[in-house]
Amino acid sequence: MQRFKKRFGEAIREAWIDRKQAILVVDAATLREISLYARDDETFNYLSDLTAVDWPRREKRFDVVLNLYSFSKNERLRLKAHAADNEIVPSVSNVWPTANWLEREVYDMFGIRFEGHPNLKRILLPDEWQGYPLRKDYDILTQDQAWVRENLGIESGQ
Amino acid sequence: MSETTNSGFTNVETTVLGADELIINMGPQHPSTHGVLRVKLKLDGEKIVDSECIIGYLHRGVEKIAEHRTYQQFAPYVDRMDYVAAVSNGLGYCEAVEKLMAVEAPPRARVIRTILTELQRIASHLVWLGTHALDIGALTPIFYCFREREEILKIFEKYCGARLTTHAFRIGGLQYEAYDTLEHDVERFCNDFNEKVDEYETLLTENRIWVGRTKGIGILTADEAIALGATGPVIRASGVAWDIRKAMPYAAYSDYEFDIPTRKNGDTYDRYLVRMEEMRQSTRICLQAIQNIPTGPIMARIGKVLKPPVGEVYHAIEAPKGELGYYIVSDATTQPYRVRIRPPSFINLQAFDTMVRGHLVADVVAIIGTLDIVLGEVDR
Repeated sequence: MQRFKKRFGEAIREAWIDRKQAILVVDAATLREISLYARDDETFNYLSDLTAVDWPRREKRFDVVLNLYSFSKNERLRLKAHAADNEIVPSVSNVWPTANWLEREVYDMFGIRFEGHPNLKRILLPDEWQGYPLRKDYDILTQDQAWVRENLGIESGQ
Repeated sequence: MSETTNSGFTNVETTVLGADELIINMGPQHPSTHGVLRVKLKLDGEKIVDSECIIGYLHRGVEKIAEHRTYQQFAPYVDRMDYVAAVSNGLGYCEAVEKLMAVEAPPRARVIRTILTELQRIASHLVWLGTHALDIGALTPIFYCFREREEILKIFEKYCGARLTTHAFRIGGLQYEAYDTLEHDVERFCNDFNEKVDEYETLLTENRIWVGRTKGIGILTADEAIALGATGPVIRASGVAWDIRKAMPYAAYSDYEFDIPTRKNGDTYDRYLVRMEEMRQSTRICLQAIQNIPTGPIMARIGKVLKPPVGEVYHAIEAPKGELGYYIVSDATTQPYRVRIRPPSFINLQAFDTMVRGHLVADVVAIIGTLDIVLGEVDR
């Protein structure tokens, strides 16, 4: 953690340990650069998971969360980047190819766009679906009613 | 390594034989896909040059549901992701919430959890072995596999009343005390079972058709496996000895001796051998565990209303398919603010494209089988 701070200075916004797990909040613009450093110099060569969390009341509403693992250190590290609505986040799919589908899922569920992703389209929901279900302002009963009516033939759209 | 693009196949090129490349579609209703997986294949003759997996047919929005249920109410939902290994899913979720609340299940609960989870690993691998062999054309193993799996399901049924979606564990420990003959049942099953694994091996391991259909098929090198995030038997068959039970022990695994089987070639045959050996190791863990089940309470002292302090946690366990991770964010209310499930099947399936290139259409069936995916978990 200290080494990350020393190397990137201001780009590391916050760093703390929560329940024995190290968390770094980084500047979204430098995410790719810091990822490369984490992979090559800090041996976090394995991306366990990439996801997002929505905090609608915050100025930059999304957290993009990366859970990394290092085989040689047997340690985990969590990187976070804040992103505003419509802000484009650099893709890490060429750092860890795992991120390809994971970023597509984040795009599918939250509508966060990743710059440099080879094939950013919906993965779980149909391509024509409107709305992003895991955003907090998307209610649990909300559906793309027009899509449901048209493709499933259900009149009520539910 | 090859790129993992899943481009939309816009260019159809003319092949060496002068014919156009052919795009064919497998699924979503296809006997080999074990659920609703659709695969688009681009062929040059019979050789696969590109592939695309189309998933999401079973998407139920599990992560969204979690935000609208209390911590306890959400526990049964996780059983319905990887529905052939419900106990493992439950263990991961309960331990993640326990970690979030900084409580620990009592030792007795942890040991019983370990026993049931290892039995579940065997049951899950048996489903895999039976269906995988069936896909490749060996009809017999599935009958034997399901015979043994039945014994495990009977133990689950005696323990908690359910066979598949068991909801066996609770946050903080266990709901049910072990029934009187649990140790006896487990011991009898484990003592018999290693012989049964030998029996399966006589059917397959040196069978010329089996070897011909699996050796050298769907090779994933260690570097590719790491880059693509493969976990579980898939990465271990590529030579990476990574098992979360050893690397970051949870439940009671640190108390027991067991080996992590690995192989070097990373092909379908090696993944088969790794899983076979894993079943034997699981019986070894169970037999050690029943020797000494601690006495004492089975539930930690937690209130009826769970409000974990503000914060977040990522907890992963070694599910039969690989790393099953839960990333839970709490805002100190009774409902989780966000539950992210890191599904091993979803991420292992991403390696499909790399594994399938250059092989024949008939090998697709072998490669889907060897990845051991459950679509309920891929789509959530």
